[in-house]
Amino acid sequence: MSGTKRPGSAKDPGSESTPGRMDPFADTLQRLREAFVSGRTRPAKFRAAQLKGLSLFLQENKQLLQEALAQDLYKTAFHSEVSELILCQNQVDFALRNLHTWMKDEPGAKNLMTQLDSVFIRKEPFGLVLILSPWNYPLNLSLGPLVGALAAGNCVVLKPSEISKSTMKVLAEVLPRYLDQSCFAVVLGGPEETGRLLEHKFDYIFFTGSPRVGKIVMAAAAKHLTPVTLELGGKNPCYVDDNCDPQTVANRVAFFRCFNAGQTCVAPDYVLCSPEMQAQLVPALQSAITRFYGNDPQRSPDLGRIISQKHFQRLRGLLSCGRVVIGGQSDESDLYIAPTVLVDVKEAEPVMQEEIFGPILPIVNVRSLDQAIDFINRREKPLALYAFSNSSQAVKQMLDRTSSGNFAGNQGFTFLTLTSLPFGGVGQSGMGRYHGKFSFDTFSHHRACLLSHPGLEMLNNIRYPPYSDFEQKLITWALGSHSCTLL
Amino acid sequence: MEREVQRVRAAFGSGRSRPLTFRRRQLEALRVMVQEREKDILAAIGADLSKSEFNAYSQEVITVLGEIDLMLEKLPEWAAAKPAQRNLLTMLDEAYIQPEPLGVVLIIGAWNYPFALIIQPLIGAIAAGNAVIIKPSEVSENTAKLLAKLLPQYLDQDLYAVVTGGVEETTELLKQRFDHILYTGNTTVGKIVMQAAAKHLTPVTLELGGKSPCYVDRDCDLDVACRRIAWGKFMNCGQTCIAPDYVLCEPSLQDLIVQKVQEAVKGFYGENVKESPDYERIVNLRHFKRIQSLLEGQKIAFGGEMDEATRYIAPTILTDVDPGTKVMQEEIFGPILPIVPVKNADEAIQFINEREKPLAFYVFSHNSKLIKRMIDGTSSGGVTGNDVIMHFTLSSLPFGGVGSSGMGAYHGKHSFDTFSHQRPCLLKTLKREGMNQLRYPPNSQSKVDWAKFFMLKRFNKERLCLLLLTLLGVLAAVLIKAGYY
Repeated sequence: MSGTKRPGSAKDPGSESTPGRMDPFADTLQRLREAFVSGRTRPAKFRAAQLKGLSLFLQENKQLLQEALAQDLYKTAFHSEVSELILCQNQVDFALRNLHTWMKDEPGAKNLMTQLDSVFIRKEPFGLVLILSPWNYPLNLSLGPLVGALAAGNCVVLKPSEISKSTMKVLAEVLPRYLDQSCFAVVLGGPEETGRLLEHKFDYIFFTGSPRVGKIVMAAAAKHLTPVTLELGGKNPCYVDDNCDPQTVANRVAFFRCFNAGQTCVAPDYVLCSPEMQAQLVPALQSAITRFYGNDPQRSPDLGRIISQKHFQRLRGLLSCGRVVIGGQSDESDLYIAPTVLVDVKEAEPVMQEEIFGPILPIVNVRSLDQAIDFINRREKPLALYAFSNSSQAVKQMLDRTSSGNFAGNQGFTFLTLTSLPFGGVGQSGMGRYHGKFSFDTFSHHRACLLSHPGLEMLNNIRYPPYSDFEQKLITWALGSHSCTLL
Repeated sequence: MEREVQRVRAAFGSGRSRPLTFRRRQLEALRVMVQEREKDILAAIGADLSKSEFNAYSQEVITVLGEIDLMLEKLPEWAAAKPAQRNLLTMLDEAYIQPEPLGVVLIIGAWNYPFALIIQPLIGAIAAGNAVIIKPSEVSENTAKLLAKLLPQYLDQDLYAVVTGGVEETTELLKQRFDHILYTGNTTVGKIVMQAAAKHLTPVTLELGGKSPCYVDRDCDLDVACRRIAWGKFMNCGQTCIAPDYVLCEPSLQDLIVQKVQEAVKGFYGENVKESPDYERIVNLRHFKRIQSLLEGQKIAFGGEMDEATRYIAPTILTDVDPGTKVMQEEIFGPILPIVPVKNADEAIQFINEREKPLAFYVFSHNSKLIKRMIDGTSSGGVTGNDVIMHFTLSSLPFGGVGSSGMGAYHGKHSFDTFSHQRPCLLKTLKREGMNQLRYPPNSQSKVDWAKFFMLKRFNKERLCLLLLTLLGVLAAVLIKAGYY
């Protein structure tokens, strides 16, 4: 019912649906809603203070965070820096620098009828935002969206992944101390608690995770007509043309595949190349892997570990697909999977059916660029698409004839470091986007505003019925296309 | 249904809808259709809503023509890749955002502006290079039949298909997979559409509704305010998603407002409103009865006359309306204007905020500070100050709701963007592999410091500076490599 009382002043509908059962979230959500209604999060000063709080959190707890990331994902200090801490700091600084500009009303073009009026788009916070973050970059993928939500003036509930336990602890216990806790809360739990949380109404939900859970989140959001951004995943194809330098390509592909032990939503998932290129690529990949991680990669501090037993077992199962030409070793006690390359892989095998999310790289043979493009287009749109070739024509062809969330030519996922590029998926790989200003815009309602000049009613008289023939002609002309686009 | 969608999808797969020349031709064909078949279009709308030709033209056709022309003019600019600012790490690469079509778009129209609410989104979807399935509302059946007949005559028949039918057919349609769904209608069905979309992870734009409040301040030109409110309220017999649904004002203003609105109504439609060619009718019996029931127990200041046979409901004002009554519980979508007295602007703001976010918010006042305060203190899809409806007419403004009044927006460039995927692209060469040494393991603290330098700095100007820094980067990489080995 459109006219009925909105949750916020009344009881939250989520808690009403299970009367008598203790709802662990109702009080927190109510508190945050009331804080939002009070208007506390709207002034730029407040938002900037929150962002500065985030900055301080990152700076003062660097070691703590690095330790947590090392515990969860075996990340070295370097990895934590470049894939989490620096990126977060970057986002916070960028938001602080641009906050006032972003908050300004955006002027809009006027037409002939509205020349004397004030026309602008007002950016407003949605209200209560829910951020559900995953375990693979548990700091970055929590704080990245958080920066946008706070900068846009929302109250935020953050639900970090319970799988990356150590980072979750830091986020739950330390982060709130740096933010205004009346407007920010961390809630914890697994799938069941998340399900209960999703019964409540939020004004925006930002989810990073798998397409399967993405559907569940969107269905739950639909019950409350809550807009969502879903950062999902898929199998990111990596096309390697015959016309290229195999070693350079192998360096780049191996690096981005094995980064974080392959647990990156935008990592190259599988390679498409000709059998001839494969013959050159495989030794080059071996060479790159040895160079990066030594002869015994398990001893290298730069190679991560698999997050959990469940994922380890899943990945170990994939090792029996196709034929192992590099790596293939695993160690359960260490949750270690060796950087592995598989060939003679069939499309129906599990390794080509699910997002790998591990340091395993299958190579699928195609005879031409066209065949590669067909192969890619037969499947779901991926989050990222990679094409390696000396020929810029080939790269452009791949770009023009496919679709994906993001695209990189002759490169891995460095596009993530650019705040000027929107980051998001399309189709099964997601909807919506963020990073930089796109974060601010994602977490803002763009409210169309027209402030009419109160006088000059004479001019408006032609708008009102009854319409004489002359008036009809005049209105038709005035509203007509040429004047709609005037100035 | 499935076959139809497959057919359209296959047509999209052929790539035919992508070249700008093709899109232009389709838009031009659409324009020709609107001009050549104007009479048929106006007649169909007229039959569905008892609307005069002129009203149908000025309310629907003009909007559509304006949108086509805007799209034709701006298409090359909007479809072009937009360069993006780079950082030091990507200085020598090409970085840009490329708009791309999404694929097969589903447009579900509404019955109140049956032509515009299909064609305006369609224009955006075509311009963005998509294939489209069009599902007009079965309630406005004349327009639906006409669209089913005309669109295939003027547009590519494989890429743009019209599907007709009621709830059953729509439900079947929603089981299919689309790449974007734009739905205009009510909140209840909006939820159903989003639920269906969630199964396929299809993004949606939902243009819903709600009760759009209109606050009238004591310090305003009441003549003008009442005339504009009457115009926006009684247009299309109140069946406009952004019509001012109810008025909030201080108790002392009520009688004056009633008087002035009554004067405006007389001025617009004459003494016998029923005879005026400019006054529409309620679309069907179900809605007629629904609106009729809203009047129960209300204080009718003027109006209230009804004729079921012609589905006529007179312009009606209610005063001293109790917020708990039925007329204040649902979107009226009819020519009934309740006035709810409030103490002052603050109480009005509170009243509005206790309710679902509306599609539009209106405020009449000479006091620009007050207007600002009310806009700042509330939320809504859009706002028009000192007028009603008009923010809809500006294609530079995104038209959409928030909260239960909807999500997403369209019109003009916002349509184009809604129906596109903005794909970020980063193109590098395979050369200068030396520079990448910095990034590869095995790692060290010095690499961390260099990584910070490259990633945290942003540059955009002098070529000389660029070259210098590139050289610096290469030098650094070489030094580190040399130092390490």
